[in-house]
Amino acid sequence: MLGLRRNKIEDGVERTRQSVFGRIANLFRTNEITEETWDELEMLLIQADVGIATVAELLQIVRESSAERGLRRPEEVRDLLKQGLVDLLQGSQHTYLEGERLLNVVLVVGVNGSGKTTSIAKLARYHKERGDRVLLAAADTFRAAAIDQLQIWAQRVGVDVIAHQPGADPGAVVYDAIRAAQARSANVLIVDTAGRLHTRHNLMQELAKISSIARKQVHRAPHETLLVLDATTGQNALNQAKMFAETAGVTGVVLAKLDSSAKGGMVFAIGRELGLPVLFVATGEQPDDWAPFDAVSFVNALFGEA
Amino acid sequence: MFESLSDKVQEAFRKLSGKGRLSETDVKTGLRDVRLALLEADVNYRVVKDFTDRVAERAIGEGVIRSLTPAQMVIKIVHEELISLLGEPAKLDLGGTPPVVLMLVGLQGSGKTTMAAKLAVHLRKLGHRPLLVAADTYRPAAIQQLETLGRAIDITVHSEGDRVAPPRICRNGVDRARREGYTAVLLDTAGRLQIDDTMMSELESIRELTSPRECLLVVDSMTGQEAVAVAEEFNKRIGVTGLLLTKVDGDARGGAALSARSVTGVPIKFMGSGEKPTDLEPFYPDRLASRILGMGDMLTLIERAEATFDQKQAADLERKMRSSAFTLEDFIEQLHAVKSMGPLNDLLEMIPGMSQVTKQLPSDATERGLKTTEAIISSMTIQERRAPRIINASRRRRIARGSGTSVQEVNNLLRQFEQMQQMMKQLQSGRGMRGLMPRLR
Ligand SMILES: Nc1nc2c(ncn2[C@@H]2O[C@H](COP(=O)(O)OP(=O)(O)O)[C@@H](O)[C@H]2O)c(=O)[nH]1
Ligand SMILES: [Mg+2]
Repeated sequence: MLGLRRNKIEDGVERTRQSVFGRIANLFRTNEITEETWDELEMLLIQADVGIATVAELLQIVRESSAERGLRRPEEVRDLLKQGLVDLLQGSQHTYLEGERLLNVVLVVGVNGSGKTTSIAKLARYHKERGDRVLLAAADTFRAAAIDQLQIWAQRVGVDVIAHQPGADPGAVVYDAIRAAQARSANVLIVDTAGRLHTRHNLMQELAKISSIARKQVHRAPHETLLVLDATTGQNALNQAKMFAETAGVTGVVLAKLDSSAKGGMVFAIGRELGLPVLFVATGEQPDDWAPFDAVSFVNALFGEA
Repeated sequence: MFESLSDKVQEAFRKLSGKGRLSETDVKTGLRDVRLALLEADVNYRVVKDFTDRVAERAIGEGVIRSLTPAQMVIKIVHEELISLLGEPAKLDLGGTPPVVLMLVGLQGSGKTTMAAKLAVHLRKLGHRPLLVAADTYRPAAIQQLETLGRAIDITVHSEGDRVAPPRICRNGVDRARREGYTAVLLDTAGRLQIDDTMMSELESIRELTSPRECLLVVDSMTGQEAVAVAEEFNKRIGVTGLLLTKVDGDARGGAALSARSVTGVPIKFMGSGEKPTDLEPFYPDRLASRILGMGDMLTLIERAEATFDQKQAADLERKMRSSAFTLEDFIEQLHAVKSMGPLNDLLEMIPGMSQVTKQLPSDATERGLKTTEAIISSMTIQERRAPRIINASRRRRIARGSGTSVQEVNNLLRQFEQMQQMMKQLQSGRGMRGLMPRLR
């Protein structure tokens, strides 16, 4: 598992080696830390969408503790910064679907176009490879051809889909899918939902309703509610995470499109302010462009180090 | 209009000028909050730097240093520069011999397909006969998505399945448009990363084969710092002619639009504000400027209200108000309508200056108030709702019990309602609702 994790994340951020974080690594290869070093660091972190509040806090902590400890060698300060970044992500880490149960229900939510359906295909494949019996629920009954999209993916990765007609009640789809999962003794049910902006109050309430339907059928379901975030998103990702966490009870984040040139730096703010863990990263449009998240290798890879 | 940022900048300059005369460095320091506001709005770091440098230069040139009100002057310059950087709204270029070809490009998930359908509806309104071309052969069911949308809006979709190369499909689509008398062709291309060389070359061949009049880059308003790199590369490869900003119905500040605009120099042509094919809005530089600066967006609020309360409802309501027939029943109906506009706190945040206030409130305080009111009115009989006069002490106790509130809460509500009725009576003699609205600018 570790091997896979490392390679995938490295692939996804390979380009960053030469760009932003690569430049951070270069910064630390010089001999002495100056005011300019700190300014440059600030700029580079902001350009990675880490966000000004997080950057300011992080740099202050690193500055203070390097002064306290009398660190002068750039590598030592770099390690401190890396540790600071890892801490922001790790405060809240939990094991995905921890514990044993007959049926695991995973609800997947997010704004329009963030990568939910594609991520579900990858997650289904991931479970299948680990020997799980997987079923999908096509609860995006709203977007044109969303059901077809999920069905094509399901066929590619070799799992079944429970679907109703376009426009059907998503709650009813989930209800049926859970019954089907129980009847077929599937042990993982992944629910695709329609993309929605977190500011749409009524649509957000619909997610709460879907969760409660699941909970009535299966003890403590959904067992994970994954928020799929597009890595190219900026500071709005924090608002998204806040609102989806509040109404849909998000338990973890999937960082999609990490194969883009963006760095996904907003996950640091999400960890810092909301304590939400990143559980998986998606790094392309193929079913195996997927890996469990690991904070240390994520930060290492961002610095262009294996 | 720019209350909260103004306050901050004012405070900064007040501190600086306390030391005596302002220096040029002081002006730059005073711009710190402007810089932070822009960065928070996802405007690219480089763009922010250029922008604040330009503002500082102008400010110094125009004598801010000697001014008695440096902060006001700076804010005015910031506003003007931002609007000028965002550029004038521009129409689609539909010139040349028909069919005119419009090509939509952008990252995965930015909203191209939905935008293509919206533009088709828009073009039809202008008297065009648009043809949509399904050129995304990569994403599963992308073609079906466009076909379904096409059926819903009754616009023809040209598709050849997913086995034909996209440049061919586009070329055939344009030929078909010419043959069959369509006057505009909208090419819905697959989403792609700007760093994917093969996929970017594909766009180049589509461009060569179809000579589009417009290459429109679809930019998600939630995009972060990378908007610059994306816009730069798409522009370099295929020559972008306009920007389309999507998902503006969310709460992203939309700095990406400024980034993309400033590196490409091409105008923002439209904004997408919802999932329906009619959710297409013209671009207003001053509104986007205040949104980017986090200054609230009264106009959006008013529009949302207008969308919620339809014309007929509004007229009914006005009639009732005039005749003093407005009852608690109408009141609860209004409450429901306001609630459907979204969480109250979100609405409050759109009002300049209110975002600070709502931060102080617990996140559900206003919602809670609404729920209490609703519960109380629901526990009243129809007679009571229509004629609150009859609600005596024993009725009040019953209502409180029924709604799980206290008699005092019931009293409060009735008092508020009475005040409201008073106010309406006054309105009848005055200039109507408008008179109560704060002046916008
Ligand atoms: N490059 C890249 N594209 C992705 C990734 N995940 C999804 N996409 C693409 O993003 C677009 C939207 O994805 P989709 O799964 O339909 O998003 P949804 O609307 O959230 O369900 C599609 O074109 C996907 O192929 C990823 O990890 N990398
Ligand atoms: Mg989907």
